[in-house]
Amino acid sequence: MNWEWLPHYIPLLIHGLYLTLVLLVSSVVIGGILAVPIGLVQVTGPWYLKLPAKAFCSFIRGTPLLIQLWLIYYGIGSLFPGIPGIRTSFLWPILREGFYYAVLAFSLSFAGYEGEVMRGAFLGVPRGELEAARAIGMSPWKVLMRVWLPRAVRLVLPTLAGEIVGQLKSTPLAFTVTVMDLMGARAKISSDTYIMYEPLIFIAIIYMILTFFITRAFNYLERLVPQRR
Amino acid sequence: MFLAAAPLSELLSFGDKGYLDELMWGAFATLQISFLGYAFGCLLGLFGAIGKLSGSSFTKNILGGYTTLFRAIPELVLIMLIYYAGTNGLNQLLMSLGFEPIQINQLLAAVFVLGFVQGAYSTEVLRAAILAVPIGQVEAAKAYGMSSYQQFRRVVLPAMLPYAIPGLANLWLNITKDSALIAVIGSSELANVTRIAAGGSKLYLVFYLLAALIYLVISMVSDQFFAWLERRVRRGQPKLA
Amino acid sequence: MRITKRMLLAAVAAATMISATPAFADIKFGVDISPYPPFTSQDASGKIVGWEADFMDALCAEMKEKCAFEPTAWDGIIPALTSKKFDGILSSMSVTPERMKTISYSRIYYNSAAVIIGPKSDDKDFSPEHLAGKTIGVQGATTHANYLEKYYKPKGAEIKSYAGQDEVNADLTAGRVDYIMADGVTLSAYLASEAGACCEQKGAVPIDVDILGAGVGVGIRKEDTAFMDKVNAAIGSLSDKGFFEENTKKWGLEGKLILPKDMK
Repeated sequence: MNWEWLPHYIPLLIHGLYLTLVLLVSSVVIGGILAVPIGLVQVTGPWYLKLPAKAFCSFIRGTPLLIQLWLIYYGIGSLFPGIPGIRTSFLWPILREGFYYAVLAFSLSFAGYEGEVMRGAFLGVPRGELEAARAIGMSPWKVLMRVWLPRAVRLVLPTLAGEIVGQLKSTPLAFTVTVMDLMGARAKISSDTYIMYEPLIFIAIIYMILTFFITRAFNYLERLVPQRR
Repeated sequence: MFLAAAPLSELLSFGDKGYLDELMWGAFATLQISFLGYAFGCLLGLFGAIGKLSGSSFTKNILGGYTTLFRAIPELVLIMLIYYAGTNGLNQLLMSLGFEPIQINQLLAAVFVLGFVQGAYSTEVLRAAILAVPIGQVEAAKAYGMSSYQQFRRVVLPAMLPYAIPGLANLWLNITKDSALIAVIGSSELANVTRIAAGGSKLYLVFYLLAALIYLVISMVSDQFFAWLERRVRRGQPKLA
Repeated sequence: MRITKRMLLAAVAAATMISATPAFADIKFGVDISPYPPFTSQDASGKIVGWEADFMDALCAEMKEKCAFEPTAWDGIIPALTSKKFDGILSSMSVTPERMKTISYSRIYYNSAAVIIGPKSDDKDFSPEHLAGKTIGVQGATTHANYLEKYYKPKGAEIKSYAGQDEVNADLTAGRVDYIMADGVTLSAYLASEAGACCEQKGAVPIDVDILGAGVGVGIRKEDTAFMDKVNAAIGSLSDKGFFEENTKKWGLEGKLILPKDMK
C-alpha cells in the first residue's frame, strides 16, 4: 500500500475535514430548526401552510440529494447572466462560492427528512399532556414551547444520532460543486498523484471515526436525558 | 457542431434533436440498476440475516464487520471504492484462478456496487424482521418435524414479510436515489444524462426539474406499490395496534 | 394466480436484460462523459460526435475492428483503464511523463495550445502575478490543473476544480470564476457559443512540456504492447492518407491543431 503521499497532503485533508464538519453542523442546525415548523404545521396548521409543507417533504424525500444540489447550484447559476449588476451586489461573495449552495441543499434536505420525523413526533406526544397544559390556562404558544416541543424532541432523540450520521454521509456530495471537503481533498490527491485507492481508504476511515464519535456523543447525551419508562 | 440555442420545444422532444428520449433511457437505466441492485442486495441481506442469527461466531463477526463498515462509510466513498478496487479485485481473483479477466460492463458494475451497499442495510432490516416473528410459530413448526429449511420457507419467511416490508420499502427508495451517485463515476443513468442534457442545452433549471419530477414519479409509484404489497402480505395476520 | 406471477417475473427479468448501450464491441475506448467539443460530445440523439469520434471510426476501420466509446468520469479514467473497464483512452488525453508512469501512450495524434480565457475587457494580462487573488476554473485531473497548481497557485490565485469542462464553462458564464484555463480549441468552441459571448481569449500560456505534455495520444495499458503497435500502425497509415488534415478541415479547425505530419 502506498502511503507516501500522506504527509504532503495533511494540511489539505485537515482543511477538508474542517469543511466537512462545518457542512455537517450548519446543515443539521439550520435543517433542524426548519424541521420544527415544517412538522408542526402538518399537524395543526391551516391548509395553506400544511400543503406546501407536505409537498416540500415529498419533494425532498422523493428526489436524490445529488439532483437537488445540482438543481440549486447550476440552476441558480444559470440565472446569473440574466441579472445585470449581480456581480457587484453584496450577495456576490456568497453566490459565487459552491460552499453556500451545498449548505443550502443539505439544510433543505435535512429539514425535509426531519420535518417528517417531527410530524410523527408531534403526533406522538400523549394527548393528555397537551390537554392538561391547556386546562391550566397556558396559551397555545406556551403549550408549544413548554410541553409539546420538548416532549416531541425527547421522542426524536434516540433516532437523532442515526439521522446525523446519515447527514454526515451525504456531505461528500459537496465536492461535485467545487467544495474542497474531505471528498474534494481526495479528488485532488488522486488527480495529483494518480493514486486511487489509498486516499479513498483514508477518508473512509476518517468518516468511520467521525461516525463513531457522533454515536458515542449521542449515547452519552441519551443517558443525561431522563426517560420515564 | 456546437449547440446553438435551439427552441425549447425542440430540445424537449423525443428523437434526434431532443433530449427527452435520452432522459427516458436514463430513467430506464436508473430503474434497471436500482432493481437489479436491490434484488442482489436483498439476497445478500437474506443470507446475511440468517448468518447473523444462526451462524457460527466467526460468521457473525464477519457479517457484523460488513454491516458496520458499510453503514458507517458514505455511500459515495463505498461506490467509488467498490467500483475501482472491487472490480479490480474480482479480476485479480479470476486471473489467479486461471480464468480470463472479464470486462465488467458499467451497468453490471453499478449493480454489483449498489447491491453490496444495500446488502448491509437489508441484513439489518431482515434480521429485525425475522426476530419479530412470534417464536411460538417457529416452535410449532419444529414440533411438526419440519427441517430447518422447511421451517424457514413455510413459516418464518411468510411471517416476517409484514415486518420487513416497511424497511424494505425504505431501502428501495434509498437505492433509487443512491443510483444517482453512480453519476460521479460516469454511468449513463438519469442523473448523468440530465447533466449532459442540461450542459448541452444550457437549460439547467428545466432539465434538473424534469429529472426531479421523474424521480418523484418513481418514488410515488413505489410508495403505492409497497402499500399494496404490505396489505397483501398482511392477509390473515393479526392486525397491528 | 401462479401463472400470472411467473409471467410477471419473466417479464421483469426480460426487461432487466435490455440495455441501452450497444452490444459487445470488440474494442472499447474510454472517453470523458462530459462534453468536450469539438473533439467529443454527445449530441441530442445520444451518439458521440466530434473530431475524435471520427478519428476513432477511422482508426478502427484501419485496424479492422469494431469499436465503441465507453463514457466514464474523467478523474477516474486512468484507474478504469488499468482495471480493464476498456481497452484504451481516446479523449484528448495529453502525454505527460507523470502519466507515463502508470500507462503508456500511442503516438501523438494532435497537439494544441493551452489558453486562458476571461471576461471581455481591455485587460489582456494573464501572467501569474496579474491573476493573484483571482479565481481560475479548471477541469480536475487535467494537465491544465497541474499547470495552474505549479505556476498560478503559488502566486496567489484561487483554483476551482470541476468534474467536467462544461461545468467550468458554465461557471465562467455565471461569473463564479474569473478566468478559465483549458485547451484552446475546446475553449474557442465555447467562446463561439452563446454562453461564451461574455468572454474572450486572453492568450496562450508559456509551454511547459513536462506538465502540459507534448500532445495527445491514445492511452493504453502498459502490458498491451500488441494493441499499441496496432494503434500506432493505424495512426501512421491514417497520417499518410491525409486523414488528419481532412478531418481537421471537416470540423473547421484549420490552423488550430498540430498534426502528426507536422510533428515528424
